[in-house]
Amino acid sequence: MKPAAGVVGISSREEPLVRTLGQLRQRGYRNVKTFSPVPSEKFEEFHEKFLEGPGSGKSPVRVYTLFGGILGLLSGLALTIWTSLDWPLLTGGKPIVSIPPYLVIAFEMTILFGGLFTLAGLLIHARLPQTAPEAGYRARFSVDRFGVFVPCEYQQAEEVKQLFHAAGVEEVSVETA
Amino acid sequence: MSATNQQPVSFTQITDDILAPMWKPSRGYLLLLFAAFSLAVVGGLCWLHQINTGMGVAGIARPAGWGIYISTFVFWVGIAHSGTLISAILYLFHVPWRAAISRTAEAMTIFAVMTAGLFPLIHIGRPWLFYWLIPYPNQRHLWVNFRSPLIWDVFAIGTYFTISLIFWYVGMIPDLAAIRDRSTGRKRSIYGLFALGWRGSGNQWRHYKAAYLFFAALATPLVISVHSVVSWDFAVGIVPGWHSTIFAPYFVAGAIFSGLAMVCTLIIPLRRAFHLEKYITLNHFNQLSKLILFMSLIVSYAYVMEFFIAWYTGNPIERDSYYYRAFGDYQTLFWIMTVCNCFVPLVLFFRKMRHNLKVLFALSLLINVGMYLERFIIIPVSLTHGFIPNVWGLYTPSIYEIGILAGSFGFFFFLFLLFIKFLPVLPIFEIKEVFQSQPAKQFREATS
Repeated sequence: MKPAAGVVGISSREEPLVRTLGQLRQRGYRNVKTFSPVPSEKFEEFHEKFLEGPGSGKSPVRVYTLFGGILGLLSGLALTIWTSLDWPLLTGGKPIVSIPPYLVIAFEMTILFGGLFTLAGLLIHARLPQTAPEAGYRARFSVDRFGVFVPCEYQQAEEVKQLFHAAGVEEVSVETA
Repeated sequence: MSATNQQPVSFTQITDDILAPMWKPSRGYLLLLFAAFSLAVVGGLCWLHQINTGMGVAGIARPAGWGIYISTFVFWVGIAHSGTLISAILYLFHVPWRAAISRTAEAMTIFAVMTAGLFPLIHIGRPWLFYWLIPYPNQRHLWVNFRSPLIWDVFAIGTYFTISLIFWYVGMIPDLAAIRDRSTGRKRSIYGLFALGWRGSGNQWRHYKAAYLFFAALATPLVISVHSVVSWDFAVGIVPGWHSTIFAPYFVAGAIFSGLAMVCTLIIPLRRAFHLEKYITLNHFNQLSKLILFMSLIVSYAYVMEFFIAWYTGNPIERDSYYYRAFGDYQTLFWIMTVCNCFVPLVLFFRKMRHNLKVLFALSLLINVGMYLERFIIIPVSLTHGFIPNVWGLYTPSIYEIGILAGSFGFFFFLFLLFIKFLPVLPIFEIKEVFQSQPAKQFREATS
């Protein structure tokens, strides 16, 4: 069911919001979003353990790094070996395919591809660049406030508001679709 | 500074303090910017003259085919090292004092690599043919020689620049979002564009932290590899004074040493001008000083070992080469280098000196003079004293080479000065993190 509205809880500390997150999880609220000006281990734990679907579990960025690294290593070796065989010029009595110097290139390409793929993984999974406005986002979240946005129907908004208030969240507002 | 640390510091105040010096250039700043730009223009004009006239205007000629251009290239690559060292290695080790200096150090890396990258182009004489260094498909199936250390350099420096730029930029995304959210009009649009729509959502931070950790893990071996590769430009050659297995670790240590000194050269005036005493504390300088001292001892050990091995091998040519360094035509430079790199940093054994910013600033300048001379002594001086007397000679840089060298400093400082006015000089969110995890009054202890 597509949410028609949502409730935003805003706080200068993360603890009241973390308490609310626990309550929300128990009552079956899904697709809850957290916002923070700094990385928050408690929010992260919530995302990794309790959310379902995309956005949950351990970050898959590491898979991109591994894949990029392996691809870089193989590309580095392939480039050096293939180009040497393409123009087999014997110099200094050294073998046409001289592995030790080629490992330098392969190493650098491992790092290069690993880095580029990590960047790609970050952009894909963090959904960047993002041009559309994000529901529940407030400009203060990048400066000094922590926030939780709960997408819900109008009928549920009152319950969510009460949960925020009970946990000691400083500011609660209802966002209309 | 101790008084300020007793007060709790709010996230808003941290953001305000770091963003306050941006966009408002003082007269002093504009003068500095103009001076740096002028110096860069002088360098550019000298290069233009060299392109128009030919490489004859430079002093490089047999036997010294590599002169100031290659020395300066190595110098700037060395300077570029500490940025990634501070950012990546200290990040992996969870060193809390890293945050206050990482952004400036990373910026220094980017600009130093950009400056360094110009010198091979200047040195090759016909810069429009630079693409010959890159393997690209062509009709004749002619490829670059991957056995040559010069090609390793292309890959190492290219990778280092790319990864450092990504590391720097990704580290800045949350801060750019903070600037976007506190700006209006065109400024908001521009910073918003570079912030990529960052919202600081839990999902974004989760992937961000994972990615940042991997960038740090990838950058760490890269730091070590890049200057090792640069050192192999020399060590793979059979020139007396170059052909040594000690070169890779020796160059890496020297690079970190000079890079740390340059961090001090940049941060000490920046801290004062931008009133950042609350965030860059004397204890940060204490830690930096300890690292500088440690690196100085490693560099000194390498100098001693070079001479010892030259004597111990019994090879008369190797012995003569090192004797020439210390007592030959360039002996003055050698002894200035030794004093600057080996003896002057020893004052950092004293805690009082590590906390005296005037001493530290002067010391950082002397170390960079020493490290520049080290590159000069290794590169052209070794070339002027080869195997047999008929390849001996003298190398004197021409006025155009000196102009290009000066221009490189102008170029570097021009970019750095632009950076400090348009981008946050401290990582805002990381500073907040440090203050959040360590109560404000414990901040000094946390960073000590």
